[in-house]
Parts: sequence; C-alpha cells; structure tokens
Amino acid sequence: MSTFVMPSLGADMQSAVLMEWKVKEGDPVTKGMVIAEVETSKGVIEIEVFEDGTVEKLLVEEETECAVGTPLALIRSKDTAAAIEPTPQDLATPLLETLKEPEHETVAAAERIKASPAARKRAKELGVELSALAADKEAIHLAAIESEVTAKTPQPSGMRQAIAKAMSRSNAEIPHYYLSTSVNMTPALHWLEAYNKNKSIQERILPAALLIRAAVYALKEVPELNGFWKNDQLQMSTQINPGIAIALRKEGLITPAILGAEQMDLDATMQALGDLITRTRLGKLRNTEITQQTITLTNLGDLGVESVYGVIYPPQVALVGFGRIMDAPWAQGDTLCVRKVMQATLAGDHRATDGRTGGKFLDRLNQILQTPEELR
Amino acid sequence: MNEEQIKQSIIRQIVLIAPDVDPGEIVPDKNIQRSLEIDSFDFLKILTALNEELGVAVPEADYGQVDTLEHMIAYFAKRIAS
Repeated sequence: MSTFVMPSLGADMQSAVLMEWKVKEGDPVTKGMVIAEVETSKGVIEIEVFEDGTVEKLLVEEETECAVGTPLALIRSKDTAAAIEPTPQDLATPLLETLKEPEHETVAAAERIKASPAARKRAKELGVELSALAADKEAIHLAAIESEVTAKTPQPSGMRQAIAKAMSRSNAEIPHYYLSTSVNMTPALHWLEAYNKNKSIQERILPAALLIRAAVYALKEVPELNGFWKNDQLQMSTQINPGIAIALRKEGLITPAILGAEQMDLDATMQALGDLITRTRLGKLRNTEITQQTITLTNLGDLGVESVYGVIYPPQVALVGFGRIMDAPWAQGDTLCVRKVMQATLAGDHRATDGRTGGKFLDRLNQILQTPEELR
Repeated sequence: MNEEQIKQSIIRQIVLIAPDVDPGEIVPDKNIQRSLEIDSFDFLKILTALNEELGVAVPEADYGQVDTLEHMIAYFAKRIAS
C-alpha cells in the first residue's frame, strides 16, 4: 500500500486545489495514468500516478485545497516493493532553502460554495471571501468577483507571484554567464520550405520545431548544459526535456517540457510542440511536464526581439534564447549579401559549466542549422 | 461565396483561435500577426481552419499575400472563384 500525496508542482507551490478525481475507489491504475486534476497558479494540471495498482481509498473530496504532501489517496500496489520508491517529483524540489515540512492537514474549501474554478481563483487573488459573497446567492460567477474589484486593491496574480519567486531565487543564487552568436538561417529556412511543400497544411513544420530539434541535437553533443545543479554539483540528465516558454494570451508564461525530445524526429517534435501549446493554452498540462524540464528554450516566436538573455529556471543550468529571424547584412566570402539572421544566446550557470562549454553548444547549434537535412 | 462571407469566415476563425481578440480590433490593412499578437503557431492554426472551411490551402511561399485581412480576403476570393 502506498500513499499518493499532493505533489510539488514547482519550487514556489505551497498548496493546490484538488478539482476533480478521474478515478474512483476500486479502479485499477497504471503508471503514468492521470488520476486527478488540481488547480494551481499555473492553471489546471493533470496529475499522474507513479505505479501500477488499485485505488484503495480517496482521502480528499473534490474542490479541497491541500498543502503539498497532503495524502490524497491510498494506492494498493501491484508490486509492494514499488511503494517505497521515490517518485520523480523529487526533481521538483530543487530549493536550496529547505521546504517547510508541509502541514498534513487539508484546508476546507470555503464551505464548499458553488463557484466556477475561474471565480474561485480570481476570488483568491483578490482576497475576496466566497462565503461572504455567497450569503445571499446560490452560486458565484466571475462577474460577481470582478464587481468586488473596485472595493479591493488587486493583488498580483498567483502566476505573477510564482514567476517572481522563481526568478528572484535564480538571480540571487545562480552566477549567470551569457554568450551570443549570429546564425545564418537562410539554409535552414530554404530547406524547411522545400520540406513543407510536400506536406499538407496540417503537417507543416514551423521554424520553432526545427530550432528545438537543433537545440536537442546540440545538447546531445554538449550534455553538460542539460540537467540540474543539485547538492552542489552538476547532475546531467540522459533524457532531454526542453521546457518551451509559452506565453499565455492573458498574462504570464509557462515553460512546460517536451518530454523525451531526444527520441523525436522533426515531425514528432512538431507534433509534440503543437500539442503542448494547445494544452498549455487550454490549461491541460500534466505534472510531469511542468516539473521535469532539463533546460529551457525561450522566445521561439516570430514576434520577439533580436536577442534574449534569459534567467535560468533553477535547478536547471542553462537557458537557450532564440531571437527573431530577420533580414540582415551578411558577409559571405568577400561579398556582402542579405540573409535571414538569428541571434542564438545562451545563459549558463557558471557553477555548473564554463563559457567554453556554452560556446561549444552555440557552435554545434550553428553548424547543424547550416546542414538542416540532418535534423529530419 | 462573396468577399463579405469570406471576411466573416476569416474573422470567425481568428476569434475562435485567439478568443481574446475583439472583432473590432481587426483592422483591414494591418498585419494580422503583429497587430493582434498572433504567433506563428496560431497563425498556422487559422490557415488550417480556413483551409478546411474554404478549401484553399495557403502555401508558405504565399504568406506575404495573406498578411492583412484585406489581402487575405482578396487571396481567398481569387482562388475560390477560379
């Protein structure tokens, strides 16, 4: 028998609301199966179970806010030995500062008042008591919360606060170094255009997918940048899970991972990217995707700036920035011509690697983009 | 299908894919991606949806001809007619 607890979904997370059970008592479960949805500052996240077995008991009712570590369910293991294995969620607790021992108590959701998740979330951000609002109403809608705004000073959103915490820690603890190189993207874009010509519009590959593929390729050759700084040492990861910075339309940014990108060809990378963006915007990410990033890739959009010098997301040790691809003068031999040029940048953790390693990565990245057919 | 119907199809797909865009924000001669902050992924989704609805696939080489609402209407009108 093992206890399934509220996982930590990021260094900054203290608690989350268990929104919905996807299983009931007695249901068989398999490793990787989504068994619940929880609402966090990063949106609604699907939570996977980490072993095969049967749901013995659900310990927490839906719409209950639970601190990280709160027991949520009892799982009867198929393999009893599996019960004591640490879960991959350990990856998600990178803090140098020790996390407070989570209080194993559940905070009852405001008397189980009927309110939409959006309303509940907004109410929390604004510090509005749902019970006070509900006194004379059956259920609460977002509009009712918004109408309270004038009366209260708005607080920053949960996501803003989460980003603030992570970035403050990063800048306080990680000695960053920054490198940059200009990449001639004309060969890659030409090749991609020809490649896409034979494809239907649904299968078309975006330059962003090619860049992810190129970064993964270069990381295989320079694995020192793919991993974590933990216990005062670099731990390289064999799996490459690039966290892709995806802006949300309203506000904020999430960097969910493409898991196991090292095993994907270009088409699979594009498919995974499309799926990830769609689910990020729908708020349908899985816990593994938001906790197991081994490196971050940012600014893959075509609306961005020329170059981006990013802040590393701890415990990762590097962040790759891709600037906007733009027409620029380019010297080739002794001719001056116009080419599609992109600034690729690297922010590295100087505790883990030196500039030489970072330079090697940018060099490999540049090289592979000059022979893009190898990225297929 | 006339130009007004094409225009309504385009606007409907933009709003479906970028729900925070107000149809009033879509200015006929402004770059769709830049003015509405639509990234390349969502732009591709819009073209895919329009392909399904109007039966016209825009090749990448023609992206320059569908950069604004005006241009997009003209592009589709010409190809639906022919």
